[in-house]
Amino acid sequence: MAGPGSHSPDAAELRSEPREEHPRPELGRGQEVSGGRRGPSLAAMKLNERSLASYATCDAPADNVGFLYKKGGRHAAYHRRWFVLRGNMLFYFEDPASREPVGVIVLEGCTVELVEASEEFAFAVRFAGARTRTYVLAAESQAAMEGWVKALSRASFDYLRLVVRELEQQLAAMRAGGCLGPGRPPRALPPPKENGCAVWSAELPANPAAASSSRPGPEPPPLPPRRRASASIGPLDVASFAQLHEWYGQEVRALRSQWGRSRAQP
Amino acid sequence: MRYNEKELRALSRQPAELAAELGMRGPKKGSVLKRRLVKLVVNFLFYFRTDEAEPIGALLLEHCRVIKEEPSVFSISFIEDPERKYHFECSSEEQCEQWTEALRQASYEFMRKTLISYRNEIQKMTGKDPLEQFGISEEARFQLSSWKV
Repeated sequence: MAGPGSHSPDAAELRSEPREEHPRPELGRGQEVSGGRRGPSLAAMKLNERSLASYATCDAPADNVGFLYKKGGRHAAYHRRWFVLRGNMLFYFEDPASREPVGVIVLEGCTVELVEASEEFAFAVRFAGARTRTYVLAAESQAAMEGWVKALSRASFDYLRLVVRELEQQLAAMRAGGCLGPGRPPRALPPPKENGCAVWSAELPANPAAASSSRPGPEPPPLPPRRRASASIGPLDVASFAQLHEWYGQEVRALRSQWGRSRAQP
Repeated sequence: MRYNEKELRALSRQPAELAAELGMRGPKKGSVLKRRLVKLVVNFLFYFRTDEAEPIGALLLEHCRVIKEEPSVFSISFIEDPERKYHFECSSEEQCEQWTEALRQASYEFMRKTLISYRNEIQKMTGKDPLEQFGISEEARFQLSSWKV
C-alpha cells in the first residue's frame, strides 16, 4: 500500500516521469482528476494519455458522437461538450475540431439511468462504490438521449465479450452438427418502473476468463476454442447471458412506455 | 486529460485475464528494469509495485503493437509512436508466448472484429443474423462496413 513510508528512489522517479505523459503540466495532477478525493499520500496513476488521445481522434468511425451537456459537479453548471464514444471509453472535447480530449470517462462497470434534472433529456452514468462520481449528461433531443443511453449501457468490454462468447458457442454447436434455434423463448418480463426511471446495467457478473483463441484476420478462427484452465463455459455462463438478454428486453419495454407517456402529454 | 481515476483503480482490482510478476522497463531512454506486478483486466494493462495494492499506472491497449523482442522479452508500443516501447521481461519463453498472445487479443477493437467475423460466419451458415436476438443487429459498430483488416 502506498503510504508515507514509500520514499524510495522509485517514488522520486515516478514524480519526474509524469511530465512526459502530461502535455499540460501546469494543471497539476490533482486538478485533472474528477471525482473523489485521493488520499494524501497516494500518487496519481499514470496513464498512456498520448495513446488515448490518438485513439480518441483516429479516423475510424466512432460508436456514437454528438453534443451533450455535462454537469460540472453537483452544484455546477452544464458545459456543452463534443462527446465521442469508442469502445468502453467516452471521450469529451471542447468541440468537434479539437485535437485532444478535455477528458475521458472509462465506462467499465457503469450503469446508465434516466434522471430528473433541470435540463431536459438528462441521463446519468453511475458507478458502484462509495464516493464515486455520477456523471449527469443531457442530450439535445429525445432521440439523441435514447441513442446515447442505449450506446452507453452496452459499451462495456464485458458486454461485448459475453456476446462474442455466445456466438462462439453457437458456432461450435453448429460445426458439431447440433441444431440450434435462432433464440430462446422469451420469458415474461417484469413491468417497467412506475416513476419513469429505468435502469440499464452495463455491469455484469464477474465471469472467469474464457480464452479466446481467435486470431486476427478475415478468416473465422478454428474451433473449438482453446480454454484456459480457470475458464468454465457452463450453465452459469448461459444463465448470465439469458439474464442479460432479459435486462435489455426490459430496457426496450421501459423506453417504449416512456415514449408513450411523453407523447401522451403535449 | 481528465479521467475517472477512482473507477480505473476499482477496475484494477477486478479479476484479471492474466497477472504475473514481470520485469518492466519504461519507454524513456535509460529506463531501468523494475520488478512489477502486471495485470491484464479487460483492455487495460495495470502495473503495480510488487508489494503495493494500488497500481502505479495503466496502459490502455487499443491501437497497440505487441512484439516479441527476444525469446522471453516482449514490448508494447502504440501506433502514434512505434519506437516508444514498454519492455517486459518474462521468466520463460512460454510465459512470453502466453502474454503476447493474450495482449494481442486484449483490445476492444480486436473483440469487435471477432464478433463481426462470427456474425458473418453464422449468417452464412444459417441465413439468419445472430445479433437480432440481442436487439443489436442495427448497431453501427457491428456492421461489416466498419470492418478493418
